[in-house]
Amino acid sequence: MTALSRTTPASPSLLHSLGQGKNLPGLLFMLPAAAFLLCFLAYPLGVGTWLGFTDTRIGRAGVFIGLENYEALWSDSVFWLSVFNTILYTSVASVLKFALGLWLALILNENLPFKSFFRAVILLPWVVPTVLSAIAFWWIFDSQFSVISWALMKWGWIDKPINFLGDSTSARASVIAANVWRGIPFVAISLLAGLQTISPSLQEAASLDGATPWQRFRYVTLPMLTPIIAVVMTFSVLFTFTDFQLIYVLTKGGPVNATHLMATLSFQRGIPGGQLGEGAAIAVSMVPFLLAAIMFSFFGLQRRKWQQGGND
Amino acid sequence: MADTKNTATLNDETVGMGYLDNLPRRILTLYLPLGVFTFVLLFPFYWMAITSVKPNDQLTDYANYSPLWVVGPTLQHIKYLLFETSYPGWLWNTMIVALCSTFLALAASVCAAYAIERVRFKGASNVGLMIFLAYLVPPSILFIPLAFIVFHFGIYDTKLALILTYPTFLIPFCTWLLMGYFRSIPYELEECALMDGASRWQILTRIILPLAVPGLISAGIFAFTLSWNEFIYALTFIQSSENKTVPVGVLTELVRGDVFEWGSLMAGALLGSLPVVILYSFFVDYYVASMTGAVKE
Repeated sequence: MTALSRTTPASPSLLHSLGQGKNLPGLLFMLPAAAFLLCFLAYPLGVGTWLGFTDTRIGRAGVFIGLENYEALWSDSVFWLSVFNTILYTSVASVLKFALGLWLALILNENLPFKSFFRAVILLPWVVPTVLSAIAFWWIFDSQFSVISWALMKWGWIDKPINFLGDSTSARASVIAANVWRGIPFVAISLLAGLQTISPSLQEAASLDGATPWQRFRYVTLPMLTPIIAVVMTFSVLFTFTDFQLIYVLTKGGPVNATHLMATLSFQRGIPGGQLGEGAAIAVSMVPFLLAAIMFSFFGLQRRKWQQGGND
Repeated sequence: MADTKNTATLNDETVGMGYLDNLPRRILTLYLPLGVFTFVLLFPFYWMAITSVKPNDQLTDYANYSPLWVVGPTLQHIKYLLFETSYPGWLWNTMIVALCSTFLALAASVCAAYAIERVRFKGASNVGLMIFLAYLVPPSILFIPLAFIVFHFGIYDTKLALILTYPTFLIPFCTWLLMGYFRSIPYELEECALMDGASRWQILTRIILPLAVPGLISAGIFAFTLSWNEFIYALTFIQSSENKTVPVGVLTELVRGDVFEWGSLMAGALLGSLPVVILYSFFVDYYVASMTGAVKE
């Protein structure tokens, strides 16, 4: 990596300076991590980009076909549906996660009995393997024996079971609900950590100046929390956008591709479908969206630094 | 719960201005929403647990039995799972893969974090930034090329494939976390050791590591959980039943045709979650520290 750049011969005692300096030990210490990341992260990224330009299938080496995969995707209505689904899924789920997570964080920031207990159990959905909790949701969303349908029928709100995963609108709503369920703890606990760095004296000062609770939240809490919100939401958006597990367990992209995300479509075309080249092209098409999300949060953070009088 | 002194990222002492509110108002604005949140967040686990001990005839008979309770709980689903399927093997595989990849990732991350934070070779800050960017690369854009590479290395359908690929998402996270911990260790300790003639390796193993034990625990349990929960690589790289991990095995082998054996599925989900939940319950504060630590930097 960059550590190599210093090894240009500057003085006759090159070996001596290498042994005594910081660069050789630094390089040696970096070696294991660099080997892993170059071999299984940087190299696959390159291979993935290259595969996107070939017609490789499982068990058959491909040849370079230029932009053909991307041209095929451009006129593929299922691909565009998956792009739409991914954007819908990410935006709705992220907004809900943010709103509910912030609300939960504000509640947990109050003086409550058994606070550490609540904090501990609230993080559980995030600790348990997603696939296993998704299987529980699969059972909760069963078309005949859903416990939600049962409760609603018992209260007389509906008269027949809801077909949660069988109808495109309700399937979208169901997978978003499951994703929000899993994502709230992360947002809430991270924002709680941010809230606890805000001194209560600021709130008291605002209160003495006659600020209403809403004004205290809007003009004291929220601005103080902005940097951590930017980071938490970047992570949240990134991981929602590239989500695979929940959809794969709950709907496998159905009904009629209504819940196919780009990641699940890429898997379906690439692994069971055997079209590695096309799958890789779909995966590569996610990169611009991810970069946009990272840039958005990066510049959001910089603005914050500048406001606080720090240097960029 | 564990003590909050070691990792004081969240403190409970702040009273705030809550004392200004009266009780009915607090019930309406705090306890009620908190109750609803806790109920919704925990209900799937209750549902999982209650289904896994329900006899088959009660599972779908909502007319005669309330689905929320169980009459005469049974262990037949768990027995079926443990003695008639490959479930114990999957648990063992998951354990091996998670432990090995966590160990590899921690070893590599300790060295990398020390080099970036303390050896300060030329370009260290750029390498640090690259590590952070590596953390943002999601597995769902890597699994196809990785499958290709794993196949060419000849380790397709082996546990080694998972042990070697999991560190790709563990190392960036652990390094980032450990860099924060190493930063909090005073330079003076290291300078003293250097004066006494210690090598870089001795400083790392004798001075830095003993002081960074909380950080190592945080990074270790977090990495273990991440590898235990990993799904897409295990789904793509493993074909044969005896090499599958718990999440993949439960989903691909216990779901057969149209008849869902919900009892054993839920038992499988419950048993597969238990190891991480137990680990979590012992180290809650380390978890919170590692999660918020990664976000705060």
